[in-house]
Amino acid sequence: MGARAAAQSIDQGAELLRVDDISLSFGGVKALTDVSFDVLRGEVRAIIGPNGAGKSSMLNVINGFYHPQQGEVWFAGSQRRNPKPHNIAHQGIARTFQNIALFNGMSTLDNIMTGRFTHMKQNMLMQAFWRGPAEREEVQNREKVEEIIDFLEIQAIRKTPVGRLPYGLQKRVELGRALAAEPILLLLDEPMAGMNVEEKEDMSRFILDVKDEFGTTITLIEHDMGVVMDISDRVVVLDYGRKIGDGTPDEVRNDQAVIDAYLGVAHD
Amino acid sequence: MNQDSSLDTFPKHLLHTARVHANRPAMRHKEYGVWQSWTWSQLLDEIRAYSLGLKELGVSPGDKVAMVGSNKPRLYWTFAAVQALGAVPVPVYAESVAEEMEYVLTHADAKYAVCQDQEQVDKLLSMSEASQLIQHIIYDEERGLRDYDHSRLHHFEQVQQLGRDKLSNDTNAEQAWLDAIAQGRGDELCVMLYTSGTTGKPKGVMLSHNNVMSASRNANLFDNLTEKEEVLAYLPLAWVGDHIFSYGQFLTAGYCVCCPESQDTVEVDRREIAPTYFFAPPRVFENLLTNITVRMQDAGRFKRWLYSYFMSVASRCGEDRLNGKSVGLKDSLLYTIGNAMVYGPLRNRMGMTRLKVGYTAGEAIGPEIFSFYRSLGINLKQLYGQTEASVYITAQPDGEIFADTVGKPSPEVELEIDENGEVLYRSPGVFMGYYKNEEATRETKDAAGWVKTGDAGFIDSNGHLKIIDRAKDVGKLNDGNMFPPKYIENKLKFFPNIKEAVAFGNERDYTAVFLNIDLVAVSNWAERNNIAYASYQELAAHPEVYRMMEEHVDQINRDLSNEDRMAGAQIRRFLVLHKELDADDGELTRTLKVRRSFIAERYDALIEALYSDKTEQFITTEVVFEDGRRGELSATVQIRDMKIYGQEVLRESA
Repeated sequence: MGARAAAQSIDQGAELLRVDDISLSFGGVKALTDVSFDVLRGEVRAIIGPNGAGKSSMLNVINGFYHPQQGEVWFAGSQRRNPKPHNIAHQGIARTFQNIALFNGMSTLDNIMTGRFTHMKQNMLMQAFWRGPAEREEVQNREKVEEIIDFLEIQAIRKTPVGRLPYGLQKRVELGRALAAEPILLLLDEPMAGMNVEEKEDMSRFILDVKDEFGTTITLIEHDMGVVMDISDRVVVLDYGRKIGDGTPDEVRNDQAVIDAYLGVAHD
Repeated sequence: MNQDSSLDTFPKHLLHTARVHANRPAMRHKEYGVWQSWTWSQLLDEIRAYSLGLKELGVSPGDKVAMVGSNKPRLYWTFAAVQALGAVPVPVYAESVAEEMEYVLTHADAKYAVCQDQEQVDKLLSMSEASQLIQHIIYDEERGLRDYDHSRLHHFEQVQQLGRDKLSNDTNAEQAWLDAIAQGRGDELCVMLYTSGTTGKPKGVMLSHNNVMSASRNANLFDNLTEKEEVLAYLPLAWVGDHIFSYGQFLTAGYCVCCPESQDTVEVDRREIAPTYFFAPPRVFENLLTNITVRMQDAGRFKRWLYSYFMSVASRCGEDRLNGKSVGLKDSLLYTIGNAMVYGPLRNRMGMTRLKVGYTAGEAIGPEIFSFYRSLGINLKQLYGQTEASVYITAQPDGEIFADTVGKPSPEVELEIDENGEVLYRSPGVFMGYYKNEEATRETKDAAGWVKTGDAGFIDSNGHLKIIDRAKDVGKLNDGNMFPPKYIENKLKFFPNIKEAVAFGNERDYTAVFLNIDLVAVSNWAERNNIAYASYQELAAHPEVYRMMEEHVDQINRDLSNEDRMAGAQIRRFLVLHKELDADDGELTRTLKVRRSFIAERYDALIEALYSDKTEQFITTEVVFEDGRRGELSATVQIRDMKIYGQEVLRESA
C-alpha cells in the first residue's frame, strides 16, 4: 500500500505515470518501439492510433499484464519491476476492457462488489463467518458500491444479471467495477466502442464527472475522434508501435504525421 | 383527525401534524439502495431550516418560486418552506422543452427557482429572458455543478445551513417564522399549477389554501384515509393530481409519502413499499397489464394454464366479490385457491398487496383493463377531475363501480349539464382564476362560481356521470352524423397492440384514423410469429401488422354499428403511422394526450390521402432527438379501406 499512499499525496498536475523507451515484441512482431510519454495527475490522457498501432499493448504494459523487453515504467515516483497485475491493482490502477469482461451470471451489484477486492482485508474464514469486522467491512464496501451505482445512474439494474443487459449498460457496469477499486489511475480500453450517439454522450459525461468528482486520472484508448478531442486534455498518437504525436487535441489534430497515419493517407 | 378551522393553510397544518404525529414516518426516499426516512418532527426541522435559509436569500411574501425536477423529498419540502414565507410555489413540468418552460417561468414572474440537478440548472441558464428574471437558483444534486459561477447558484444544503445559522444566532428567528405562518389566511394563493395546454399556451391555475385543503380533506374522508397510509410519489410535481395526493392529502391526513430512487426504478420501489393508496393514469395500468401478459406468454405450459384458468374464475366472480355480492360456494372456493396461487403473487408483483384504494383518471380506461384489476381483488376506481377543481369533480364510491362511468359527484361538489351537453360544476375546490388572464377566467368560470369542464357528458340512470368527449371536439360528419373522435380513439386504444389513435372526420365525408402500434406488444407478437423487422418503421408497415390492425378496426366498426347514435361514425379508411407520436416532437402534450390540430397540420398530406382514393402516400417529417438535434424521417405509408356495417348486417350478427 506504500505506492498508493505516495500516489495520493502528490498534487494535481504533477507527474503520475511515466513510460520511458518502452519496447515490446512477441517473437518477431514488434508491438511497441521506443515509446515514451507521461500522464499528469488529474488529466484525461488519450492514446489514439489506427488498428494495430499498439494502443492496447501499451495499456497492458501499464497495468502489468505485459512486461516490456526494454524500457521503464514509473508510477507515482517509483520505478516498477515486472509486477503482477494484482500488485498493480493494489497500487491504485484499475481498468476496463475492450471486450467486456464481466461475470455474466452475477448481478450488477455483485459485479461492482468484486471491484472492491483490494479493499477487503479480512481473510476468507472471517468472511465466511461474516460477523464483527467482516460484516462491518462488507457494509462499508456496499456503501461505496451504492455511491457508484448512484453516480452511474444504474439503480434500476442493481439486481439484474449483467448478461441480460444491453451492451451500453454493460460498459457502464464495467466502469463501475473499475471505479469501485477507487483507483488513482483509471485505464479505459475503448469505453465507447459499439455505442450509439446517445450512449457515447452519456459515457463522455461520466468520464468527465469521474475526473471532476473523484479526482481520478484517466488514460483511455478510443477510436471516435470527436469524443477524444472533446474530453481529453492531452493525446498520444501511436502508429505501427511508434509514437508519432503527443500534445493537446488541437496540436495533434493539426499534426501532418498524425493526419497521414490516422486518416490512412500514407498507408492504406 | 383534527378538522379545526384554524388550520386553514398548509404551513399551519405542517406544524399541527408535526405535533400530533411527531414520531410517525412522514417521508421516505430510497437512496444508495436503502429507504431513508424522516419522521414528522424531523421533517419540520428540515423544512424550518430550509425556509429560513430561503428567507435569508430574500424570498418574501408574494414572490413566485419555480420548482423544476422529479419527485425528490427536498422538492416537496420546497412547497411548505415557500408557503411558510407567504410566497407561492410554481411547480413546472421538468420534461418540458426549454421554450415551453421559459414561457411558464416568465409568465409566472418566477424570481427564484429550485432545481433538482445540473440538467435543470443548465436549462434555466440557457433561457435568456427567464434567466434574467430569476435572482437565485437552488439545486438539490451537486454533481457537475462544482465549477459553475456560484454568485446566484446555491446548493440546497448551503441554503439550509444559512437557515440553521440564523436559528442559532438569532433567538427571535424561529418565533418570527411561526408568527408569519400564523398570519397566513386560507383564501390566499397557495400554489400555481400550469395546465398542460392541449389547446394553446399553458394557463396558470391559481389555487388557494382553501381550495386545496377542502379537496384534500374531502378525499381523505371519502376513502377513510388516515396517517397510516403510504403512497408512492412518482407523477409530475406540476400535475394537480400529484399536488393533492403527495402534498395536500399528505399534510392533512398525515400519511407517509415515499419518493422513488429514480424514474426507472418506480416499479421495483412500488413493490417494496406496497402503497396503500395509489394513483395512476390509465397508461400505467395498461403497461403493467401488457408486461404481465407478455411475460405469461413466455412462461411454461403449466403456468400458462394455471394463469388462464384462474383468470377466467376471477373474471367470472372477482368483481362481484369485491363489490360485496355473494358468488356461490364453488366459485368462492375456487377464488380462494386462485388467490393463493395466482392473484396474490400478481398483486405482489405489481406492488398492490396492501392497496386500500387505487384511482385512475386523466383519460378513459379500457373496460377490460379496469375489470382485470378489479377481478384480482384490487379496489381500483375511476375519478374525474380537473386542475381548476383541485382535482375532484366525481369519483366512484365503493361498491358502485361501472367501467364506463366516472362516478358520482365528490363531496361538496354540485354538478349540472348545460343545454349543449357540457358538464358544469361548483365546489369549494374551484380555482381563484387564471394568473394574468382575466378573459380566460371569465370564459371558464361564471359569477356564481360554476365552472365549464369543456367535456360533453350526461348523467345516467344510476346517477353516475358518463363522459363522451371534449365538448368542442364532438363534431359532425358531412352527412350530419355525430363524430366523437375521442370515443373512437379510446375504443381503438383498448387493443393492446394499438398505442395511440387519432381520428378525423369533422366536416368530412367519413371517419378516418391514424394508428400507432404499441412496440412492446407488437414486437413480442412479431417474435412469436417469426416476423423479422429492423426498425419501428418497418414493423409498422409490415403486411401482417396491417392485417392485424384491419381486424381491430373491423371489430370497432361492428361495435359502432351496434350503437344507435354512433353507427354513422364507422371507420372508412385507416393507416398505420411510420413513427411513434412523441411529446418531443410536439405531437403529444407532456401528459401524453394527443394534440389533434398539430398532428393534422404536420401530417396534412396523409390526411388528404385518406380522403382521396390513393392506396399509399409518401411523407417526410422532421423529428427532434432527445438532445434537441433535428433530423428527417420519410416513408411511404399504406392506406386501407374498411368494410362498413349497415343495419342489416347488424341484425344478422346480433
